[in-house]
Amino acid sequence: MADFQIAIIGAGPAGLSAAARAQILDQQNQVSTPSYVLLEGFEVVAKTIQRYQKGKKVMAEPGFLDLRSDVRFEEGRREEILGWWQGRCEELGINIRYQAEVSAITGSKGAFDIALVNGENISAENIILGIGLEGNPRMLGVDGERLDRVQYNLEDPKAFHDEIILVVGAGDSAIENALALSEQNDVFILNRRDEFSRAKEGNLNLILKAISDDGHRLNCFYSTSIKSVTQNSEGKPLHVVMKTPEGDITMDCDRIVARLGAIPPRRFVESIGIQFPSERRDAIPELSRHYESNVPGVYIVGSLAGYPLIKQAMNQGYDVVEFINGNFIKPADYPLLQHQLLGLPYDREVDELLERFQALIPMFRKLNSLAFRELIIESTIIAGYPSDQVLDDARRKINTLASKLRAEGRNPRMTKVIAEGDVIYDRGEFGTSFFTIVDGEVVLENEVEGQQLRTTLGRGEFFGESSLLSGRPRGEKAIAGSNCIVVETPRRTMLKLMNSNEEVRSGIDWIFVVRELQRHFAPFAPLRELRDLGARVGTRQFDAGATIYDEGDEAASLFIVRSGAITLSRQVDGQDVLVSQLRSGKLFGQMALMGDGIRRETATATVAAEVIEVERAEFLELVQRNDARIRQLQEDVSRQVIDKARMSVRPDAAGLFRFLMRNGLGEATNVLVIDERLCVGCDNCEKACAETHEGLCRLDRKSGPTAVDVHIPSACRHCEQPHCMKDCPPNAILRAASGEVFITDACIGCGNCEKNCPYDVIRLSYAAPKKPGLLSWLLFGRGSGPGERQGFEPDAEAKARGKKAVKCDACVNVKGGPACVRACPTGAAKRIGPAEFVALVEGRMQ
Amino acid sequence: MIYRNVMRYAGGRYLWVALLLVASSFVLYFSQGGVQPPNGGTWQGYVLGTVAALLIVWLAWLGIRKRRYAGGSGTVQGWTSAHIYLGTAVLLLATLHCALQFGWNVHTLSYVLMCGVIFSGFYGLYQYLTQPQLLARNRAGEARAGLFAELYDMDGEARRLAARCSPAVGLAVKSGVERTMLGGGMGAQLLQRDGSRFMQAGSGEAAATLLPNADQQPLVDFVAARIPRAAKRSEARNLQDLLAILVRRQSLLRQLRRDIALQGWLRVWLYVHVPMTIALIVALIVHIVTTFIYW
Repeated sequence: MADFQIAIIGAGPAGLSAAARAQILDQQNQVSTPSYVLLEGFEVVAKTIQRYQKGKKVMAEPGFLDLRSDVRFEEGRREEILGWWQGRCEELGINIRYQAEVSAITGSKGAFDIALVNGENISAENIILGIGLEGNPRMLGVDGERLDRVQYNLEDPKAFHDEIILVVGAGDSAIENALALSEQNDVFILNRRDEFSRAKEGNLNLILKAISDDGHRLNCFYSTSIKSVTQNSEGKPLHVVMKTPEGDITMDCDRIVARLGAIPPRRFVESIGIQFPSERRDAIPELSRHYESNVPGVYIVGSLAGYPLIKQAMNQGYDVVEFINGNFIKPADYPLLQHQLLGLPYDREVDELLERFQALIPMFRKLNSLAFRELIIESTIIAGYPSDQVLDDARRKINTLASKLRAEGRNPRMTKVIAEGDVIYDRGEFGTSFFTIVDGEVVLENEVEGQQLRTTLGRGEFFGESSLLSGRPRGEKAIAGSNCIVVETPRRTMLKLMNSNEEVRSGIDWIFVVRELQRHFAPFAPLRELRDLGARVGTRQFDAGATIYDEGDEAASLFIVRSGAITLSRQVDGQDVLVSQLRSGKLFGQMALMGDGIRRETATATVAAEVIEVERAEFLELVQRNDARIRQLQEDVSRQVIDKARMSVRPDAAGLFRFLMRNGLGEATNVLVIDERLCVGCDNCEKACAETHEGLCRLDRKSGPTAVDVHIPSACRHCEQPHCMKDCPPNAILRAASGEVFITDACIGCGNCEKNCPYDVIRLSYAAPKKPGLLSWLLFGRGSGPGERQGFEPDAEAKARGKKAVKCDACVNVKGGPACVRACPTGAAKRIGPAEFVALVEGRMQ
Repeated sequence: MIYRNVMRYAGGRYLWVALLLVASSFVLYFSQGGVQPPNGGTWQGYVLGTVAALLIVWLAWLGIRKRRYAGGSGTVQGWTSAHIYLGTAVLLLATLHCALQFGWNVHTLSYVLMCGVIFSGFYGLYQYLTQPQLLARNRAGEARAGLFAELYDMDGEARRLAARCSPAVGLAVKSGVERTMLGGGMGAQLLQRDGSRFMQAGSGEAAATLLPNADQQPLVDFVAARIPRAAKRSEARNLQDLLAILVRRQSLLRQLRRDIALQGWLRVWLYVHVPMTIALIVALIVHIVTTFIYW
């Protein structure tokens, strides 16, 4: 007989919610000894949220999902939420054990053995893993690593005065902590290596400056590690022995702050026997519909299971305890699916429909049902109807329910009902979602050399992968065919899926390659004839700055840029001169196959890039087809040769081009560039930005680099593959069909986008107070007048709402286009796209 | 061409509009004659005057359009381009309207104010077309905040090095840094006047004296003069390092002072142009009203 029916590991939102449910079930069943235990490695609940900064607003996205938990959770401040949770724990008398870090789990369903770090063992029939993704901090690995004054995080550097503190580590958090602590303490930073190679450039400069500055209370030990830490009986509380290149030295100090990174939980999870579908870092373990892993009896919930939002995690904690107890309740997201599928011409249960859908799409057939369910929840279902009558009925049904729900204050995602012949997306539109046909037909329309090309796709086929993978606008028009039912999946969901499912990834990669080959070499060839060939062509990835090939290399392959950008450069008089810049969808290196086989330039990745490599055999096979567009290919090569030759005799132009690329224009689609020869510094651009965006300006004219009087202010580049969109928990960053990347109100203020943006153009800000009317400003001096800016103190309401991410949206909603450009009196501010970069450079050289 | 200055906006569209306007005004002017000589009281004179007055109101409207950030038609650059060409045309229109009849009265006052507005505008235009390049060249790709940040670093560095030198040098440099002046009143900003000072220790019992330090040159000379007289090699080295910092500081201060002055010149004409416009509109109303009263 096991000690407990359920052992819940990790007292985060998921674990707490699970424990609360288990406790209430115990009360209902009038069990005197608890049937469960909640194990927490720390001394408090919700470690990740504890680590948020003081007073941080915690949002309760997604708004359309209801909370199902015995623990309270709604939008609030960090302290409030932690208070509710801690309070609820005590009120219910939850059987929680703090400082119970789990070191190993063995056994199988019904008899798991859980070994704790402190040497204890606990047995349980089932295990719920809710340990999150942060992992436990890496310890010092020496005796004394668990002493009181050896700490692994730092909440408030201001809390310490005039102490001697050792900071161990060389990453950004170690540097930031050391700098902050050195304001009022004597700090020694211990770096195991002889330089700070892992740090961000800004931090690197700061720490090196602080170390070399005599006036700063900060010193560094390089190539030094801690050998042991013991407690002193008098004097400074800690006695430390350090290993340095000059031999061991000792030091007495008040405190050690070790910032050595975290141990990712994956290794621990794998040690239990749970399999991850791929080696990729962000892969998610496969789970059943009831959150059970491949190890029977081990359930995974929360962010480790791929659900980063608190509400989702709490719902799962509740549900999974019910499942373990044999109550197969409908999940909390059931109504969401009902609404999404309501407009379909079938009268069936949600689960049945999902099963049928999955069976109809070959690529998703092997997906586990939970992952497929998640995919549908995050997608939009599009239903195309032929006749007016049926269409009207379907629309009426949707609208009636939608308005009823809206009256209740909810805003659910409903089926998108369209008419046959409607355009799903148009050529040239930006869009990164991915479409799968569940039923019916969709027609793709394209124009090649003046000729119309129509392809009809049917059940199980998909489209839109090109924009998904490359970030460039749609290359074709998609039209709803007869009785079509299409699943439109957002990019983030799709990437998550591709990262954890090899089948989906290779399926999409393959069709991408095939369509790309078709586009470049034989647009009129039937797709099926190119499929085998496509399977033989590989894709390669390069980090920013990596070399793809060198000038003078002998070679027999050409490349197509799949995503990112490529710089081609040549050696001219011993100088590296940029001769060409290529974006996704372009060919390069053709000369190796169509000329003498020698690379005439060096190709490097401007930003992180993926390229498709076509070898000689496949190339010949393609160009020997009757429908190959060989003349076009030859003309392209001739034109490129001329362009490159022209650029190589203009090293000044090449220099400016390189400057633009270095500042992110290689991946930009729409960037603000100021001509310094025209700018009078009136800041009307900034004023216009603030006036059209609730008082918050999203550009900084004065900052940013300048070369040859071309100034690139700090403002969003609207990247092809936006870095900010990568890791947004509520999916609040969207791209408009016209290309603008913008942040919606769903933002939870987590700051991920701010961190991920390489150009520092996103910041977190409180809402600005509303501007007074013109007259009340003019007559009574209230607030600020038109175009006037004032540093503002956020009001109580804004503070209650919390900070949200703010960035340029290229005035997606402003009539007449970007306000900054329209407000410039001298024409110095322009927003330009990649097509105008050459004109910009040439204009400068006159 | 991605960038065009205001004169070349839309291929000089408003230049042609203005030329057309001026040409038709001349035709109208020379159609006068017969009983009355050309003046503001003929029907042609009234037409010219009305068009000119309406144009003045429209020209002044730029100040409002410029602040209509969300709405408003066209671009501010387009408006500015039209403002310049049509504003120039107004000068001719009004001259034809009054037919060069001047006197000591409110009518001529309007004319004079209008000329003031237009000529200050010409000056502003000249500034707008020439200063940005000078500004950019002076800043050499650095933002003003960047220059200030560097100056701040240099200040710290100079203080640190000065602390290692003799007390006299220490006092001079420390006071020189503290009493460095940038900006000041409008005149000081525009003319780059420098009221910086530094303190020189008196010999023996004598009190320290405050000396002018315009452009930092006196302080540089003061430190440079001590290098060949240094008693120790380490002192000479410290002074050399200090001198290098002071010279860099001097060049930064020059850049900043010039930046402030250039920015100032870009702006100062508006303090004439805008108030005078308001005065012009008032005078214009009086001119029109009196014309009708004494008709």
